[in-house]
Amino acid sequence: MREVRAKEIEETVRDMCMDANYNLGEDVVEAIRRAKMKEESPTGKAIFEDILKNIEIGKKEKLAICQDTGFAVYFVELGEDVRIVDGHYMDAFTEGTRRGYKDGYLRKSIVSDPVLSRVNTKDNTPPIVYTDIVPGDRIKITICPKGGGAENMAEVAMLTAAHGIEGAKDFVVERVRKSGGNPCPPVVVGVGIGGTFEKCAMLAKKALIRYPLGSHNPDKRFADVEEELLERINNLGIGPMGLGGRITALAVHVEVFPCHIATMPVAVNLNCHASRHKTRVI
Amino acid sequence: MAEIRLHTPLSDEDIEKLHIGDTVLLSGVIYTARDAAHKRLVDLIKENKPLPIDIKGGVIYYVGPAPAKPGYAIGPAGPTTSYRMDPYATILHEHGLKASIGKGNRGPQVVEALKKYRAVYLAATGGIAALIAKSITKAEIVAYEDLGAEAIRRLEVSDFPCIVANDCYGEDLFKEGVKKYKIT
Repeated sequence: MREVRAKEIEETVRDMCMDANYNLGEDVVEAIRRAKMKEESPTGKAIFEDILKNIEIGKKEKLAICQDTGFAVYFVELGEDVRIVDGHYMDAFTEGTRRGYKDGYLRKSIVSDPVLSRVNTKDNTPPIVYTDIVPGDRIKITICPKGGGAENMAEVAMLTAAHGIEGAKDFVVERVRKSGGNPCPPVVVGVGIGGTFEKCAMLAKKALIRYPLGSHNPDKRFADVEEELLERINNLGIGPMGLGGRITALAVHVEVFPCHIATMPVAVNLNCHASRHKTRVI
Repeated sequence: MAEIRLHTPLSDEDIEKLHIGDTVLLSGVIYTARDAAHKRLVDLIKENKPLPIDIKGGVIYYVGPAPAKPGYAIGPAGPTTSYRMDPYATILHEHGLKASIGKGNRGPQVVEALKKYRAVYLAATGGIAALIAKSITKAEIVAYEDLGAEAIRRLEVSDFPCIVANDCYGEDLFKEGVKKYKIT
């Protein structure tokens, strides 16, 4: 067993909160640069220029690129040969998030109960932590700060086999069309197909953190679906911030999982152009 | 598509010269408010009580800024999604609000209210919060401090950049822009 101190996880998490919110991944920046070249709308082009300027300011001045620094969502691959010592696993994520959002001048966007009192917790806790137990003695942590605007445009549809792949594709395109300018396009489109109700939502969310942005599903058939969806979505004309233009999405990522003979769930989760996520290994 | 400099408070004449697609560089005083603050403002109006801010000729910016680092007037401060404020917009325009700033399109009832009460909806770019903050020179909380990021702030802005998305003539840049670039 390899021993890892809870404090080490906490420190790593604290740093990752700031890193993810200040420094957009180079793969995302590159996709934005490429998209700017393709954009035909003058307003759209100007928006792309501002987006790139803003990314530089965030990096140089250590500022959050978006004021909505999101719900702190973590995906963790926890090696089964790791033993957490001198503290608790969840506490390390909670405390790391609290300190990261405080020390990093990040916005506190979480309310304690969702509907009745809606009182702000004032420290952006609790975080959401999804843990997979994997072979090995490492801890791989990915943070994906999730803003509310894009998250509000998510949807799960419990389709059936009769809908087929065309039904799934139509649902995805329609979801993006209905979202318009709300999720801060150009968006990243995460799609989950299969599993159960909650599993396909999880696939859609995990699709958003695929690296590098715009890489394809290893199954050629689904890679083709990704390409077709990207073309159909960009043909919608929604454009940067919904004001019309060539580029509505930077990429479409589709993740699939086996499902029950009676079901074919499909989920769509969107990320704004500030598609933030960072990964570190302890 | 003109570039127009405006200074608050805004008059009917200011509003009438704006058309969808125009770039506006806004200077003067604007107020921040999101969902929770809007609910409180509208409740006050319905109870015939005075508002904590003067909205006559005013501009409300839908934003909950991040905390300011030392040496900065305000933290990153980009727009939030506007449709959530649609249920509150009409009554505020009726009471003199001349413009709101946010992102994303508005519902038909807001478009109607803009025509009826001579007002505009201005789109700012989401996700460029650090850049937008450079055009805000001063910020102070003036109401509802308990709401944290959602408190009402008085902002002094200088050449704050936005685009006219809905004008007082019923035009909608979201609809027109998409129509232009849609491939069927």
